[in-house]
Amino acid sequence: MSIRLEHLNYIYSPGTAYEKHALKDINLTIPHGEFVGIIGHTGSGKSTLIQHLNGLIRASSGKIYYNEEDIYQEGYHMKELRSQVGLVFQYPEHQLFEIDVMTDVCFGPKNQGLSDEECKERALEALRLVGLKEKYYSMSPFELSGGQKRRAAIAGVLAMKPKVLVLDEPTAGLDPKGRDDILEQIAYLHKQTDMTVILVSHSMEDIARFADRIIVMNHGEVMFNDEPKKVFAHFKELEKVGLAAPQVTYIMHDLKEHGLAVNTDVTTVEEAADEIMRILETRK
Amino acid sequence: MIRDITIGQYYPAKSILHRLDPRVKLVSTLLYLISLFLFRSIPGYMVATLFLAAVIRASRVPFKHIVKGLKPIIMLLMITVIFNLFLTKDGDILFHKWIFTITEGGLRTAVYMAVRLIYLIIGSSLMTFTTTPNELTDGIEKLLYPLNKIHVPVHEVAMMMSIALRFIPILLEETDKIMKAQIARGADLESGNMIQKAKSMIPILVPLFVSAFRRANDLAMAMEARCYRGGEGRTKMKPLHYRTSDKIAYIVVIVYVILVFVVGRYVPLRVWIF
Amino acid sequence: MNMIQTEKLIFEYEKRDEEGSVIGTSRAIDQVDIDVKEGQFIAILGHNGSGKSTLAKHMNAILVPTEGTMWVDGRNTKDPEELWNVRQSAGMVFQNPDNQIIGTVVEEDVGFGPENLGVPTDEIWQRVEESLKAVGMISYRHHSPNKLSGGQKQRVAIAGVVAMEPKCIVLDEPTAMLDPAGRKEVLKTVKRLREKKNVTVILITHYMEEVIDADKIYVMDHGHVVMQGTPREIFSRVEELKGYRLDVPQAALLADELRKRGLSVPEGILRKEELVDYLCQLD
Repeated sequence: MSIRLEHLNYIYSPGTAYEKHALKDINLTIPHGEFVGIIGHTGSGKSTLIQHLNGLIRASSGKIYYNEEDIYQEGYHMKELRSQVGLVFQYPEHQLFEIDVMTDVCFGPKNQGLSDEECKERALEALRLVGLKEKYYSMSPFELSGGQKRRAAIAGVLAMKPKVLVLDEPTAGLDPKGRDDILEQIAYLHKQTDMTVILVSHSMEDIARFADRIIVMNHGEVMFNDEPKKVFAHFKELEKVGLAAPQVTYIMHDLKEHGLAVNTDVTTVEEAADEIMRILETRK
Repeated sequence: MIRDITIGQYYPAKSILHRLDPRVKLVSTLLYLISLFLFRSIPGYMVATLFLAAVIRASRVPFKHIVKGLKPIIMLLMITVIFNLFLTKDGDILFHKWIFTITEGGLRTAVYMAVRLIYLIIGSSLMTFTTTPNELTDGIEKLLYPLNKIHVPVHEVAMMMSIALRFIPILLEETDKIMKAQIARGADLESGNMIQKAKSMIPILVPLFVSAFRRANDLAMAMEARCYRGGEGRTKMKPLHYRTSDKIAYIVVIVYVILVFVVGRYVPLRVWIF
Repeated sequence: MNMIQTEKLIFEYEKRDEEGSVIGTSRAIDQVDIDVKEGQFIAILGHNGSGKSTLAKHMNAILVPTEGTMWVDGRNTKDPEELWNVRQSAGMVFQNPDNQIIGTVVEEDVGFGPENLGVPTDEIWQRVEESLKAVGMISYRHHSPNKLSGGQKQRVAIAGVVAMEPKCIVLDEPTAMLDPAGRKEVLKTVKRLREKKNVTVILITHYMEEVIDADKIYVMDHGHVVMQGTPREIFSRVEELKGYRLDVPQAALLADELRKRGLSVPEGILRKEELVDYLCQLD
């Protein structure tokens, strides 16, 4: 279930004063089962990019292959693609509308044409996967707290059993524990199922913790596409485009500058602590 | 997509029209709209067209931008044309097939109505293109101020209008987002008959209402926090004073109305049935 | 007199059933005592639903205490006579940048507050110009707020408050909906305001990095103030903070991890420079 983008271009409102080349010659391959992080400042094209993946936006030129099939070819089943590539928008709780959580989560599977029992089964499974407690299933989605709403909304996409899960800043506006909980749940999902996960985030720390690979977008172009350690080694270039490496990366660089021979390519707090201890130990 | 709706959106530019007192623009727009119904003849339309063209020129709003604003009313326009075309029975029959009959009068009315409607929309959107909602509110408030005496809440109504205008683009963007989110969940918004289509709007309308209420709530709080307490005791950042240019504008509009009335009624130029 | 002071502040929401009759109350704030001196930078931390926003709304008299008292600049917020003075002395910036901008042109929005206060026209213009300069948005004065970035919108919102010349600005999660660049913008603006105008700032946030410079931090949980102290004191209690669904800045977290691995890192490390200095002097 790989996704491949070839020479993808997207021009926004062509021929008007608002014309904007939002994506420029994007070439990417996302193999099945990978956990990919996408970072970029606001307006870098990352949101536009992910909306191409399930056909919500049609590219101005270029091709997208899902599972080696051209999604723009005539007769391609777009609806099928949308159930295979689940897209969780920013603030997904704003799309909740049904009278109770259960019915809302069933909306996706119902649109897929499944029977009521199947829908319910799928919904139950999805709700369990996002860690929402059973007492909330019959409540109105509007009665839930912010974090719970967000989970319910994510379950609404998971219930469609997508092979690829794309999340646009799933932790925006949550408190620190809420952020960690959601991310850990997603990481758990990724491990449990063989789902491909594409996570768009502003938090370098979060991306560093979970992603196998990072795609950095800048002005509609792919700036970097590599494993986290290698991407964050370019922290100076990242800063120039309004991004940054995780704080620990800076600490490690500072330590090295001050003569402590640490390995600078660590990206998480645990790794950093281990690395510092290792160096201090060799000193003794 | 839905974001292309330009009616009511202020278009920032530096033109004579932008600088005019909003009251002038409001009154003139009203006069222009009325003037469109004062005549039914080609010379009249010529004067109205020339005037409109001159105003568009003076507004420095690109013509393309104005035309784009017409898109959402195309349906309304078509319906008007079709109704007038087939339902007006007046004069010679020009075309007849099965139950469809077009008469001279029908064609005339349809064309006149279509032109009127387009001019009407362009005329009023020119006002909103060149006037910020705040100015508009101030203008309406000041024009209607006498109504306060008979307990019409003029300030409140004006404030509501201005807020509505500010939130149109935000809510349109929101609609776009919600639509995309529901399509991503497999919602089918296009196919089906009328009832099915109406039903498929629920997943969009419910979140939209919820969001509109949330925004209204937030905004009310933000306004109160900034000491908003109705119109009483409020001063104005941009108080309205008529300047020479405003007076000239009034004269121009009045001259136009007289001209269009006279020319439209008394200049005997006819082409075919028009 | 303190800029803001509360005494045993309690706030209860009424819970209603579907017919609208009261079926009980829920306490959002419980016996809170805080005091903020003029010119201070105070941070309030707490998870979603901890009561911190409810507390903030009291400072502007959008909510009034069910029991206990809140004074803003010596004025009791319960006194209806003082309502507008309270709101003028404690300006408020909210979370959602779109939902607090009333004007359709930047300068008109900034003028909204002074208009409400009945400030004469000439002075409104002066204040608008000054406030827009103070937040660095003067070149956008004729722009539509819809075309601005999130960070810019929040700066306009701040200018709108500054134009009312408050003694104190309460920012209720002003950065929650912004990207890192926008967050930086807003924080820099706030910092500059503190330096130039000496306003008292109360910042409510989820981001621990933003409050390192605070004079004092209050941590809220279930309507109570559960921790208070300087950033150094607060952020050295990593486990306790995590228990309240919060976090610590990464440098403090790394210091804590090193401590767990047996290194005797001193308490109270907040900035990366401090940690680097300590580690380097080890040899």
